[in-house]
Amino acid sequence: MKASAQLATEEIILNMGPQHPSTHGVYRAVLTLDGETVVGVQNVLGYLHRGLEKLAEDRTYTQFIPYTDRLDYLAAMLNNLGYVQAVEKLMDIQVPERAEYLRVIMAELSRIASHYVMVASMALDLSGWTAWFPPFRDREKILDLFEMACGSRLTLSYMRIGGVAADIPPEFVPALQRFLQELPRGLEEINGLATGNEIFQARCRGVGKIDLETALAYGLTGPNLRACGLPFDLRKVRPYGIYDRFEFEVPTLDNGDAYDRFVIRLLEIEQSAKIIAQALRDLPEGPVLAKVPRVIKPPEGEVYHQIEGAKGILGFYVVSDGSPKPYRLHIHSPSFVNLGAFPVMAAGGTVQDAVATLASIDIVLGEVDR
Amino acid sequence: MAGGGNVVATWLNTWGFPPWLNSLLTGIIYLVGVLAFIFLNVIYLIYLERKVSAYMQQRLGPNRVGPRGLLQSVADALKLLGKEDIVPRHVDKWVFLVAPIAIFIPAVLLYAVIPFGRGLIAADLNIGVLYFLAVSSTTTIAILMGGWAANNKYALLGAMRAVAQMVSYEIPLVFSILGVVMLVGSLKTTDIVAAQEDVWFIFWQPVAFLIFFIAANAEVNRGPFDLVEGEQEIIAGPYVEYTAMRYALFFLSEYANLVSVSALAVTLFLGGWQGPWLPSWLWFIIKLYIMILLFMWVRWTFPRIRIDHLLKLNWKFLLPLSLVNILVTGVGIKVYQWLSPGRW
Repeated sequence: MKASAQLATEEIILNMGPQHPSTHGVYRAVLTLDGETVVGVQNVLGYLHRGLEKLAEDRTYTQFIPYTDRLDYLAAMLNNLGYVQAVEKLMDIQVPERAEYLRVIMAELSRIASHYVMVASMALDLSGWTAWFPPFRDREKILDLFEMACGSRLTLSYMRIGGVAADIPPEFVPALQRFLQELPRGLEEINGLATGNEIFQARCRGVGKIDLETALAYGLTGPNLRACGLPFDLRKVRPYGIYDRFEFEVPTLDNGDAYDRFVIRLLEIEQSAKIIAQALRDLPEGPVLAKVPRVIKPPEGEVYHQIEGAKGILGFYVVSDGSPKPYRLHIHSPSFVNLGAFPVMAAGGTVQDAVATLASIDIVLGEVDR
Repeated sequence: MAGGGNVVATWLNTWGFPPWLNSLLTGIIYLVGVLAFIFLNVIYLIYLERKVSAYMQQRLGPNRVGPRGLLQSVADALKLLGKEDIVPRHVDKWVFLVAPIAIFIPAVLLYAVIPFGRGLIAADLNIGVLYFLAVSSTTTIAILMGGWAANNKYALLGAMRAVAQMVSYEIPLVFSILGVVMLVGSLKTTDIVAAQEDVWFIFWQPVAFLIFFIAANAEVNRGPFDLVEGEQEIIAGPYVEYTAMRYALFFLSEYANLVSVSALAVTLFLGGWQGPWLPSWLWFIIKLYIMILLFMWVRWTFPRIRIDHLLKLNWKFLLPLSLVNILVTGVGIKVYQWLSPGRW
């Protein structure tokens, strides 16, 4: 009897990743476990490091556009946009109206696609297998639209410095309108299978909670921050491109838990659809590419441009020495910053909570490791 | 009409063998029959599960091997048979090797007390239901063996989950069955089936059926209670180090348990093989597959429950509810006896 009363238990260290179904890529978390409870988390990164920032120094400005596709490969259009706008800012290029509208349409479609992947994979990480399919089915329609516009589905490279690569084909607009019409039905399905499910709510409510102060201290941005209650969206706060012409809301939720981070994505999908509908209504005729020199040679100087990516603030810092290649390029990626808060969010929960929390942060390893 | 005599034994008697040979042959025939039943069912169930999930998820499911993909599971089984049986160096070798067999034997033994049709029962024990529960509970030990011997932290976590889950869910499972046993007054499965000739027990014991369904779901480790495997968290839990046919045995016994637990549900609550017009065994198969489809429907709809919620649901909800159910059943029986003297 006495021996069992004094039975010593030890913490174990569990290596989650780099090959693990729930790490969304080659990310590794070293969990310290007390039974099923997570006591500590250590982030281990760098498995997908490709040295994109260094590579940029040996590529021309135009040649670097395809590399940006490989950052957050689930929202390639947004990366394109951030990069080309940074260079345009440096060179002071005026982009044609039609190109601006096309950019907004593509960027918001990319945001919807990225949020769909998050919604699907979070449901899947909670073992809601069936809830994986409606978002992915709808994302497929977006990829079809991208294929129409630029011939590729994932690594798009659609944007160019001074505009976009090509005008949209005539069948694009009807297909997009059909997609927007079908969108609410898909969201309803997701709500039925995941958001409204009792077990799903029990798994997510109060899990991976982070308050606004801590979130700000860790530099959380994007939907993760808005789920903590701060209506901070660069499209509203510091509009870039032509975002000041559109009417949309910045949805916020208050709890800062995994459930709110899930729901806020669904709300943002609705807002993005609203923006696309407006852009489609106002889409002017005209050229899609400004008259830019054949060889892009920005004047000497530096620029930092940030946009509202799908996962948070996506920043490009470009230093030019007047040559056709960037002297230095730095990428501020939201996934990397958001992942930094994962140990704080996951500590104290169970292993299952840690998986749900990681899914709710929505990281893309291509962006974390660059 | 209950039982109707043992069909196989009666048939063997016509050959005029000595009694010892008779019972030996009966045993062999039943064993072969049950094994064939299990293997055919499992092979087909894996296909069915994939098709059902595909149907729910707007996919096609397997459709390449054989007509409509019917031979997909056969191809998978052949592949597993042909794979190398890897025993990692760091495992506890004997326990590791025995665990898959230890899990499969009870899965087969369970079928001894299932009445598949009129007189189609291998061993009509007078403690049939108790036998079923006792044998099925040994599955926990086999999973713990596998998880412990694998010497892997994921496997250990899975094994611990298995013990916590299966031991605790056994209690409401047993208590929900008690309601039925009280109504019949016998643990014999054939008696239970015979007692349902007029009304199925699901109508007398709806709450017990609900508890049984939830607890059985947890007992056979199927979603939303598949914490033992927990693919998204602990990858495959206790099975993580197993390969080839040893892995297949775990898989096989999982589906065999699904069939046997559905068979028990049919026997206890859905009137067993009772039914008009059709032959009794066909009724049994129809009801069995309705139960299995119900299990699949649940699995492919719900996300996985969390470990602390799982235990809370058991101890704070299912267990009290099953106790109340027993109380209500007992009071009901007494009131019925008091109202209609002479029938009891």
